[in-house]
Amino acid sequence: MELNGGEIIVECLKKEGVEHVFGYPGGAVLHIYDAIFNQDDIKHILVRHEQGATHAADGYARTTGKPGVVLVTSGPGATNAVTGIATAYMDSIPMIVITGQVPSPVIGSDAFQEVDTVGITRPCVKHNFLVKDVNDLAETFKKAFYIATTGRPGPVVIDVPKDITAPWVKVPFKYPTKIKMRSYNPTTKGHVGQIKRAVKMMLAAKRPVFYTGGGVVLDNAASELTKLVQRLDFPITQTLMGLGGYPATEKHFLGMLGMHGTYEANMAMHGADVLIAVGARFDDRITGNVERFCPDAKIIHIDIDPSSISKNVRVDIPIVGSVKSVLQSMNDVLAEIEVKNKPEPLDEWWADIERWRARECLKYSKKGKMVMPQAAIESLYKVTNGEAIVCSDVGQHQMFVAQFYKFDRPNRWANSGGLGTMGFGLPAAMGAQIANPDDEVVLVTGDASIQMCIQELSTCLQYNLPLKIVLLNNGYMGMVRQWQEFFYEKRYSESIVEAQPDFVKLVESYGHVGMTVNSPAELDKTMEKAFAMKDRLVLINVLIDPESNVYPMIEAGKGHNEMYMPPESELV
Amino acid sequence: MRHIISILMENEAGALSRVAGLFSARGYNIESLTVSPTEDPTLSRMTLVTWGNEEIIEQITKQLNKLIEVVKLNDLSDGKHIEREMMMIKLKAVGDQREEVKRLVDIFRGKIIDVSESSYVVEMTGATSKLDAFVETVAKELIVEVVRTGPSAIARGVSGLRL
Ligand SMILES: Cc1cc2nc3c(=O)[nH]c(=O)nc-3n(C[C@H](O)[C@H](O)[C@H](O)COP(=O)(O)OP(=O)(O)OC[C@H]3O[C@@H](n4cnc5c(N)ncnc54)[C@H](O)[C@@H]3O)c2cc1C
Ligand SMILES: Cc1ncc(C[n+]2csc(CCOP(=O)(O)OP(=O)(O)O)c2C)c(N)n1
Repeated sequence: MELNGGEIIVECLKKEGVEHVFGYPGGAVLHIYDAIFNQDDIKHILVRHEQGATHAADGYARTTGKPGVVLVTSGPGATNAVTGIATAYMDSIPMIVITGQVPSPVIGSDAFQEVDTVGITRPCVKHNFLVKDVNDLAETFKKAFYIATTGRPGPVVIDVPKDITAPWVKVPFKYPTKIKMRSYNPTTKGHVGQIKRAVKMMLAAKRPVFYTGGGVVLDNAASELTKLVQRLDFPITQTLMGLGGYPATEKHFLGMLGMHGTYEANMAMHGADVLIAVGARFDDRITGNVERFCPDAKIIHIDIDPSSISKNVRVDIPIVGSVKSVLQSMNDVLAEIEVKNKPEPLDEWWADIERWRARECLKYSKKGKMVMPQAAIESLYKVTNGEAIVCSDVGQHQMFVAQFYKFDRPNRWANSGGLGTMGFGLPAAMGAQIANPDDEVVLVTGDASIQMCIQELSTCLQYNLPLKIVLLNNGYMGMVRQWQEFFYEKRYSESIVEAQPDFVKLVESYGHVGMTVNSPAELDKTMEKAFAMKDRLVLINVLIDPESNVYPMIEAGKGHNEMYMPPESELV
Repeated sequence: MRHIISILMENEAGALSRVAGLFSARGYNIESLTVSPTEDPTLSRMTLVTWGNEEIIEQITKQLNKLIEVVKLNDLSDGKHIEREMMMIKLKAVGDQREEVKRLVDIFRGKIIDVSESSYVVEMTGATSKLDAFVETVAKELIVEVVRTGPSAIARGVSGLRL
């Protein structure tokens, strides 16, 4: 079969099972767009800004486990995509980004819309390629998908000069069925000896706790994890990225840990004698002050990326391997030795935990005239039966979702944790809805974040995406204001969003439905009304108590046992 | 502590900038870096000199290994190894200095590879410390320019860094 470069790219995507590409056309990719025009297998989603394309592909990936695919033009198309690429990179999300490039002969001559895409993206991709010969296209795509989706996943950029896709250059096309790279062989099976040592340590623990992260979700290992936790009867806490990796409504779950984690989760970390870290990377939002992190614990760490291990915190038993395979082995080892070595019941440890739980660290006042943000998320949880796919932007509202929406399944929660990218939410929700047309997809956002990619409301209309947008409107950059309240004596420097648009009119002008919630009495009713509109995008503008804060909170540099608690939580 | 890391990597455009970029992005120290193709033209061999405490060196080797184009690497400082660096140094040489410089070059087992009426170019190979010593010994005002390759290194014994 003889094909031109544009056709080869389309064929490669088909071979990889790609159904959707998020993109925006321009000069350098016109040949590829022509190839897209001539086929029906791959559906192109036309976004309104290249940042939106990358976040949409990212939301698609986070809610399916499949890589998201992006197609943008050279120069400004590529630079606009960078924020989304960096966002995916920080959270280890598999993504393929095809960028057009100026024709090979003029590369380096400051040609029209030329930027060094490979150079600009190098620090925020898992890998990138510049294609130099149309005969290399197929193998490059095979490698790109292989690299993006195996080991620790991540975005891969393929930069394609325009001449490579010229319609008049046809070459034989054959997609490689297998790929082997001598320089890239991620380890998946954990070391058997280490796994046995770890299980022994776990069985001897008196105050164990699981600390699990995004790796569990990325590796689809929720069932192996659930089995292990329940069999051992250990408490478990999760990072922001790990939510859904273990059912949040189950009794072993302590809630999220870290800066805005629950009292019980952070106290359990502080008191633990054995910590089992699974697919989590000891981020500074988790550890706080590393000197005071888990002072009494021996640490077991399972991670597929050796550079995640002992990076921030020294561990005692490192296990390099995929979460799924290592947890499976642990379950197997347990099945063999448990009979002999029945773990002692952890009654005392659980009693401690119950005491911490009794402090009700997420309690908030329900007496005021304004809607509390927490109440809005609780209402959302009710109206969706806890079964929606929820995406968020960045700020207080993101933390309220993490604390109050109890995710029981993985891949139902998409947010930017590592980079903390405002503007992520709307396009990510779009991608999630396209990937999951039968699911209820919700965006929880803030009045500042939503304005960073608001143009995508237009994309939502074009493709009839019936998102429900819960806008927690406090008139502030709430998270910034909270820090200024706590650490800058309420000097609210530039964190007040003056001159807001009328959000209801704004969504209406994009062809959607808008509603406003002014008081607690209207909350549930309006939510129900909005969610009853199954085939429309509805934005619910919830006017919330403007100065409510996210509690608990650990100040940067403090230990897990030094939390700001909500004024409402009882002292025990 | 100073570490010498040997890296075998795909001989591809851009591979070098990935290594250099990694060091600047993560704030690692880099003292010198040499690279050139091996007997197998698809592979390059890089010798990189860096320093840091044990944790930092562990992260450096892990991060290098993570680069897709890195095939293998070895921290030569872990075992016995030989280190050589080449230097070309241009020295002013007029009158009495000509004999004096020549004697010094002989003591350091250097070679004079270019002679003009008023200058020598000296070639010298050896451990970095030996080259340093020569540069320090020669009178400062005689030095016109110094060109050094940075060290390359190889492990002693039969085992080698290969596929
Ligand atoms: C405003 C704001 C507040 C935040 N507050 C908090 C907070 O209070 N608490 C909190 O937890 N986070 C918080 N975060 C998020 C935080 O910044 C980090 O993004 C998050 O803690 C990292 O989660 P993780 O450790 O699960 O790592 P991830 O980034 O999800 O990394 C996954 C880890 O798993 C490994 N892995 C990947 N695939 C596999 C596999 N197949 N097998 C084995 N291992 C694998 C990777 O190598 C990596 O080490 C906040 C973010 C923002 C923006
Ligand atoms: C692109 C970007 N710029 C700036 C920030 C810093 N920042 C973090 S949270 C936040 C405020 C978010 O305000 P809003 O979206 O209204 O959410 P709220 O905190 O009020 O819920 C800002 C400015 C960021 N995370 N991302």
